[in-house]
Amino acid sequence: MNWEMSKIVRTVTDIMVVPIIVYGIYLIVHGHLTPGGGFQGGAVIASSTALLIIAYGSFRDHKADLSSIESIGLTLFIILALLGLFLGATMFHNYSAGTGGLFGGTVPQGINPGYINTGGTVPLMNIMVGLEVAAALSLILLMMGKASDSVEVEA
Amino acid sequence: MRKLVAFLAIMIIFAFLVITAVELRGDDGGFGEPVNTEMDEYFLENSQSHNQVNNIVTAILFDYRGLDTLGEATVLFAAVSGVLTVLRKMKPVKRGGKR
Repeated sequence: MNWEMSKIVRTVTDIMVVPIIVYGIYLIVHGHLTPGGGFQGGAVIASSTALLIIAYGSFRDHKADLSSIESIGLTLFIILALLGLFLGATMFHNYSAGTGGLFGGTVPQGINPGYINTGGTVPLMNIMVGLEVAAALSLILLMMGKASDSVEVEA
Repeated sequence: MRKLVAFLAIMIIFAFLVITAVELRGDDGGFGEPVNTEMDEYFLENSQSHNQVNNIVTAILFDYRGLDTLGEATVLFAAVSGVLTVLRKMKPVKRGGKR
């Protein structure tokens, strides 16, 4: 695109993009404690991409990077599911819940304040799905921006 | 005539949905008290001890019904593949001039 928005919009975008991405990462990582999760956090991160595209109009071609991130996220998600099949009982079995290690803490039964180091494979799957959704929605936005760039609009 | 038939069909389908929704509630309870609650209670009681997860919705999404989440992710992947395929090469188009 050969246009960009005014300096006010670009400055506000610069300020707002970082909190938006941080909030998306928070939604993804705290998916097993609070409302939210991989899909929602990924959509929030993709909205920062939309903001950047609208404000700046020009962007480098990140198609290959985003495509790789999306494929890696989905592949790791399927690998985690299959690990549940081989290490546990069934596909998507939560084999590492309460066994110590990464996200392996135990939750006190009933009402509790919520501890981040719990959940077994659930937070890992949240992160993988978050990667996949953020990359996929950003990729769709980028491709649509490119397509609208190459079509001349009648003024 | 066709409009009348379409109207009657829509009315019958809508009446079926409403009657089914009314039938789904309990004998003594009103709306919000469904008949079949075994599955909900199972999830509410066991997801903390099974998965060590506070958020029961996430526990259902990523453990009990993980295959459905995989399907969702695959749908998104297929959508992106379709977009990448369709928008692979775009030629600049000039409107109004000579084609």
